[in-house]
Amino acid sequence: MRAVIAPRRQQRQDSGAGSVRLAERVSRIRESGILAVLIVFVAVTTLVKHRFLDTSNIQFVLVDTTVFALLALGETMVVISRNVDLSVGSVVGLSAYLSTDLFAQHPGIPIPVVFLAGLGIGLACGLANGIMVAAGRVPSLVVTLATLYIIRGIDILIVGGSEVDASSLPNAFLDIPKDTIGGIPDIAIAVAVVIAIGAYYLRTYRSGRDLYAIGSNPEAARLAGLPVGRRVFTAFAVSGAIAGVAGVLWGAQYGTINSTAGTGYELQVVSAVVVGGVAIFGGSGSVTGAALGALLLSTISSALYVLGISPFWDQAIWGFLLLLAIALDQTITARLTAALRKNARSRQ
Amino acid sequence: MDAAESDPSDQTQAAALPALDLQHAAKSFGAVHALIDGSVTLRAGEVHALVGENGAGKSTLVKILAGVHQPDSGTLTVNGRQVTLHGPAAARAAGIAVIYQEPTLFPDLTVAENMFIGRQPLRPGRRIDRRAMQEEAAATFTRLGVPLDPARIARGLSIADQQVVEIAKALSLEAKVIVMDEPTAALSAAEVDRLFEVIRTLTSQQAAILFISHRLEEVFAICQTVTVMRDGKHVMTSDLAGLTANDLVRAMVGRELAERPPEAAGAEPGEPVLTVDRLTREGVFTGISLTVRSGEIVALAGLVGSGRSEVARAVFGIDRYDAGNITINGQKLKKASPTAAMAAGIGFVPEDRRQQGLVMDMSVQQNVALASLGNLERGGLIRAKAERAMASDWAARLKIKYGRLTDPVAMLSGGNQQKVVLAKWLGRKPRLLIVDEPTRGIDVGTKAEVHRLLTDLARDGVAVLMISSELPEVLGVADRILVMREGRLAAEFSHADATEEALMSAAMGQHEASRGTL
Repeated sequence: MRAVIAPRRQQRQDSGAGSVRLAERVSRIRESGILAVLIVFVAVTTLVKHRFLDTSNIQFVLVDTTVFALLALGETMVVISRNVDLSVGSVVGLSAYLSTDLFAQHPGIPIPVVFLAGLGIGLACGLANGIMVAAGRVPSLVVTLATLYIIRGIDILIVGGSEVDASSLPNAFLDIPKDTIGGIPDIAIAVAVVIAIGAYYLRTYRSGRDLYAIGSNPEAARLAGLPVGRRVFTAFAVSGAIAGVAGVLWGAQYGTINSTAGTGYELQVVSAVVVGGVAIFGGSGSVTGAALGALLLSTISSALYVLGISPFWDQAIWGFLLLLAIALDQTITARLTAALRKNARSRQ
Repeated sequence: MDAAESDPSDQTQAAALPALDLQHAAKSFGAVHALIDGSVTLRAGEVHALVGENGAGKSTLVKILAGVHQPDSGTLTVNGRQVTLHGPAAARAAGIAVIYQEPTLFPDLTVAENMFIGRQPLRPGRRIDRRAMQEEAAATFTRLGVPLDPARIARGLSIADQQVVEIAKALSLEAKVIVMDEPTAALSAAEVDRLFEVIRTLTSQQAAILFISHRLEEVFAICQTVTVMRDGKHVMTSDLAGLTANDLVRAMVGRELAERPPEAAGAEPGEPVLTVDRLTREGVFTGISLTVRSGEIVALAGLVGSGRSEVARAVFGIDRYDAGNITINGQKLKKASPTAAMAAGIGFVPEDRRQQGLVMDMSVQQNVALASLGNLERGGLIRAKAERAMASDWAARLKIKYGRLTDPVAMLSGGNQQKVVLAKWLGRKPRLLIVDEPTRGIDVGTKAEVHRLLTDLARDGVAVLMISSELPEVLGVADRILVMREGRLAAEFSHADATEEALMSAAMGQHEASRGTL
């Protein structure tokens, strides 16, 4: 009997290692896949219009990506836990108006205070979402769809027909998206750092891993004694707070803020996250992938603009990419499961 | 209550104090009294069996120990200290680990992370120490003698390996009390042996184990003491030595049970209904040819993973196949189309009734009617009255126990759920019924009823293809037995020729120790 078992064990180890390699390869392919699409897009566009790779255009794309990449960070945390936050666009709008309006109301107010105000506004919205989802046990799709409209409604009530325009904003604020270090916009660097921190957090801290566990199998998470409600609540709070900050950045970028700011962003952000390889039903994906997804979508918009193609195609291509990403996910998951099963079987 | 507790003679001083003592626990869900008077006492180094029919309250008792349910009354003492478990985390902190019948892993996380989720080893800055986590996981698997790779993701692990992960998790938690809720239900014989080895290792390290199983031979093989429950109440606790399986069964059902195993249908088989000709799916099964005639019960036996279920799934059109033919009553069956299979008169009772056989949130009535909606509709709408009539008719015929027909099927016990799945297919009057592990996780009484149902069906001329890992069931019910090994048909036996030993050696392909399960 022992003699029979020994070679089997050998085989087990081998195939086990094989399946790990497979799993790792797949997750890496997922991110490098987006990168490849990105590079192809940039290369093709540059061949047609050389000025696409001009410093100024690269800077434009990077700055344009920052708001989406930030939002994608918060959204990823929520989606990984098998939830969704559809209110982020409305939060951006409300925060953008209320925080930049402070410059008119309190001339000379320090810029960091304005960012803090935006963060606070977003946090309040996120807390409301979090309470309803975590404590009220209402599906997040419904909750955040409701708050999408409620927050936008509040925004419209407050703003009415007025707007904040660039003339009321301090130059230092409007310069935020323009400052560069070595040709790279400061704000792109700052956002990249924030995303790196987010990625590190989700990978390396218990509470971060809990989010993956909750999304992977909510029932098991409860049985394992994980603080499911608290984690989901926190994810929504963080997503809200980040959306608040993104709103202030939006204000600095556009300079003119009325009640339509950020409209429709929620779907673009969810698209970026899914294109970036985050599973829409939770459990897997990375912040880095989601940020790359945001970068890809911004690059496509810019490329179409540079090529003089109607912005209508923009949305069509986004939709197409979304389908492609989901199809790819399905195929990969099916293949991976089959391969892992096969490994498991060959071990018996 | 004739509770006859006994101290095993070789207990040490420390072990004299029970590791866990639950007394007179009660739990109701609304009007349903799931547990009325549950008591169990576990001692270190001892494997304690908990047996009872489905619906006897075992699962509720387990969930109380797991901290999932809070009892309405009763006391729980762990290591001499009375405790109240407010949640699963509290149970874990009290040193109680529960391994569920259906392991609850995170498919997207690695094996090591599954073991350590929520309590991963840390390095400075409260960061997860991945290397330490991997190493500790690997060390635990070595200790268990099971070479699982801690770095692979859990998706795709066999149920046996999933349980090993759960046990490893309990081990690494240094749980003093390990509750195993039907751990062997989905395991092959070799895997059960491996599990028993692990259990012996655990008890030698002074763990107290509560072992729940419907397989009495396992209870006698691994346990020292037993608690029997019936209808939510404690019936007896006793040393196993000196008891027989019949004693336990009597205590469980409160009456004598008809002699098992049941008789085969014995009907004269008629025309071939199902003919499978050299069916092959690359890497899964090869050259499978078999015939099932009307009025005949054919069992497909073999180890878990030998390709039995996969053949059945291919016949029903769930999985594709690469070569070969399937004919039903001489008509070639369309590939990979359950719709075509159903139209041809095939019914399929899958292995995993919770996931594949039932829609758990739908009512008993809706589940029964699910496969017959075509007959119940008029102008595209389902006639509620006809649905209700059909459901209550089948519920009565199969003796399904339910509160109301509109209750979600999830509220039924496992045995009654399985009857609902059977009713769903019987309502279509199938020519061929495929049943995959028809009595897994079902109590003794209901099991006998399911067996009788299958033989009655065969007498009525239905062809039955049964996949089963339980040898008494295969030997008792089937007219013919086909044994699969590693994706091929290895042997065929008639009802008269088959013995446990012959089946086992055909399934294993060598002479290994045989036992009651395949």
